[in-house]
Amino acid sequence: MGVAVRLSSISKKFGGFFANRNVSLSVEEGTIHALVGENGAGKSTLTKMIYGIHQPTSGELFINGKALRFTSPRDAIHSGIGMVHQHFMLVPELSVVENIILGNEQCRLFQPLPLKKSKTLIMNDAEAYGLAIDPDALVGSLSIGEQQRVEILKLLFRHAAIMIFDEPTAVLTPAETEHFFATLRSLRDKGKTIILITHKLDEVLAVADMVSVMRRGEIVGTVLASSATKAELARMMVGRNLLLRVTNPPATPGKTILSINKLGFCTKKGIKRIYDLTLNIRAGEIYGIAGVEGNGQSELLQTLWGLVPEGTLISGEARLKEHSLIGRSPAEIADMGVSNIPEDRLRHAVISNYTISENILFGRHREHAFHQGIGFNTESLNRYTKEMIADYALSCSSPERQPLTALSGGNQQKVVLARELSRPAVSLLLLAQPTRGVDIGAIEIIHQKIIDARMNGMAILLLSSELDEIIALSTRIGCFYKGFIRHEFSQEEVERKRDSANEFQKEIGLYIT
Amino acid sequence: MSRKSIQLLIPLLSLISALVVSSLIIVLAGRDPFMIFQKMFQATFGSAYGAGQVLFRMTTLIFMALAVALPFQVRLFNIGAEGQLLMGALAAAMTGAMLPATVPSPAAIPLCIMSAMMAGGCWALLAGVLKVRFGVNEVIGTIMLNFIAQGITGYLLTWHFAVPSTVHTAPITDAAAIPALDTLTGWFANSPANLSTLLAIGAALLFYMLIFQSRFGYEMRAVGLQPEAARYGGINAGMHTLMAMGTGGAAAGLGAANIVLGYRHSFEAGMTGGIGFTGIAVALLAGAHPLWILLSALFFGVLDYGGLSINAWIPKDIFMIIEALTILLVIAFSALGRRLS
Repeated sequence: MGVAVRLSSISKKFGGFFANRNVSLSVEEGTIHALVGENGAGKSTLTKMIYGIHQPTSGELFINGKALRFTSPRDAIHSGIGMVHQHFMLVPELSVVENIILGNEQCRLFQPLPLKKSKTLIMNDAEAYGLAIDPDALVGSLSIGEQQRVEILKLLFRHAAIMIFDEPTAVLTPAETEHFFATLRSLRDKGKTIILITHKLDEVLAVADMVSVMRRGEIVGTVLASSATKAELARMMVGRNLLLRVTNPPATPGKTILSINKLGFCTKKGIKRIYDLTLNIRAGEIYGIAGVEGNGQSELLQTLWGLVPEGTLISGEARLKEHSLIGRSPAEIADMGVSNIPEDRLRHAVISNYTISENILFGRHREHAFHQGIGFNTESLNRYTKEMIADYALSCSSPERQPLTALSGGNQQKVVLARELSRPAVSLLLLAQPTRGVDIGAIEIIHQKIIDARMNGMAILLLSSELDEIIALSTRIGCFYKGFIRHEFSQEEVERKRDSANEFQKEIGLYIT
Repeated sequence: MSRKSIQLLIPLLSLISALVVSSLIIVLAGRDPFMIFQKMFQATFGSAYGAGQVLFRMTTLIFMALAVALPFQVRLFNIGAEGQLLMGALAAAMTGAMLPATVPSPAAIPLCIMSAMMAGGCWALLAGVLKVRFGVNEVIGTIMLNFIAQGITGYLLTWHFAVPSTVHTAPITDAAAIPALDTLTGWFANSPANLSTLLAIGAALLFYMLIFQSRFGYEMRAVGLQPEAARYGGINAGMHTLMAMGTGGAAAGLGAANIVLGYRHSFEAGMTGGIGFTGIAVALLAGAHPLWILLSALFFGVLDYGGLSINAWIPKDIFMIIEALTILLVIAFSALGRRLS
């Protein structure tokens, strides 16, 4: 087996900042090579250089032993390299076949598309690699997992021998992830070389052959996956020993804060998303909802935050202490003492182009303490921002000028958390995917802050697709399946089973599938 | 190259390229570009009257551009400044004409201005309601409302309010007229420049504070940048759409202060001459920033009056081409500048 990709002291500078410094790496042909590292460690930049999107400032790139210089992805594709981006590059209005041949139609302009011929080729690939797909379906009607298969088929159609995957499992359900791994293995077994970017260490250990760990733009080590452990990789990533599990002292819940009684959610089209959901959350406890995405969790959050789509039929009740939450606007609900951390941070929780301090204010800008005249009191806002920056160990240089996007995912989430946890008189926190897209170093402090908030008497509804996280943080756990709670683990059970997390995960797994 | 230098270089580059292209066209038309530009300069900055004309046009353009810029903050494209100005102008002229002669200036002028703002604002608000309530795209809405405004004002003028055998309404009372700079100070002799220019600069400052320094603007820009996130943050996006359109329309209506109260003193057929559309270009060149609009409006004011003044030396059609090309070049370059920085 030869070396498929070799990087020799590659550096990439953006302005004065080294995104990659002196990186050397060899990827063997026919292996799955994982690149792990925190957000901003330089994984993406590195792969973008291999794919020709960026050009290295210095250093050399060898593909199959040949020194090459790509000026655009077109060159890279020509050399047999393909990439599946985190956000798929598909046209929802076109069929699977049309998407796959797009840009590689192999016919002249104004000639009819060779759809039939391409379809046979594609179906052959699909069969060979176990990628079940309906070639005539519109891509927009496919699930995320199926869309990913289309992306893989696209690479196969272009005869890519080297495939780069950027955070491929971020959007997949656990079942889809399993299927995806099987595909990766079969690709490898047929001689494809795979470069996998991720920051989920479990996955790396499950599927990769080699693992390279990146930190601050450099590769700090490359190890055999079979001989590596999660703790070892985590330590290499952050450069220190860190607690993957936060200490969760026993809870002493107080009076009921949120009571949901026989809640039902029926969409305009008459599809029931939530059935007779009954649930109480008390002060000083974290109620964790475990479940596969798409089982009604988003709808539950929409209902509690007053953002149900027009035409939705809501039955039953949801009360904060004695006041109903149904039919109120987000602003009114916030005023009642509810904070919300939505799952899609960049789309819903922040205004990306606003500065850090403007974002610390966002959603709380109606509070009189921040007002002055027709505008804001910069002095009190800056004081508050400084407090939050210190409290959450937020690394930023000038919060009044830097846009939020200048921060890493973890630091962005800290901004959101700081803002929502410090809302005055908040009694209930709706918390979805608190550490999604967050680097390991930031997870620790985020988890600690959540536990601290609970200790201070906040009632927290936690939704997360990471069972680890649910188990580590929750006081009680409800297993959500098809719009209702199929099973609930009591506080006593959760506290007892937390120590044997692996078995507990399996047990929860039974109730959510 | 640093961001700052690009930002300064781009407008300069766009102006130079516009100059070069215009010269080429003038040469092709068989004229001497240097002579033409010299005449143009003389006609605008070289005489008190010309400078006053530029000032007058700039003033209307500021109002028009503000009417486009505010809705632009919530990603709405207000094509309807022309119609809003028409409605405002008719309202101002009618109010001014119907006021008893005994009403003193301090009451008459604000009354006329208010009615112009109300008329323009309500007209734009209609497009806002259509958008929020019925999902009608605001571009379509404002274009259609332009036609309707033209129809309404044309009909009312011709059939009801025109002084017999003329195309204008009865003059407003003397007290409702905004004094010309000439009568007050003797500057800009005989030109239509009037005190409304101060009103326009004031409005631009006010809009700047509204957009960038107020809580209202903070919410509004959030709606424009990320409507979904704004909803999650408890911001009422529909309300901001209505407010932005309404306030923008009021600014367009204010243009009537300059044209009707400051200069013509009556409503006349075709008096707006499509200046509402030039306002779109002014706002785009300024990146919808109220303070840059002041400069951008000055530039277009020069272009507008300068073009008129060289009629004797170059065919009007040629100058129309030059003017439109200049607008295109400037907008294309500023879009390029935003991409580079």
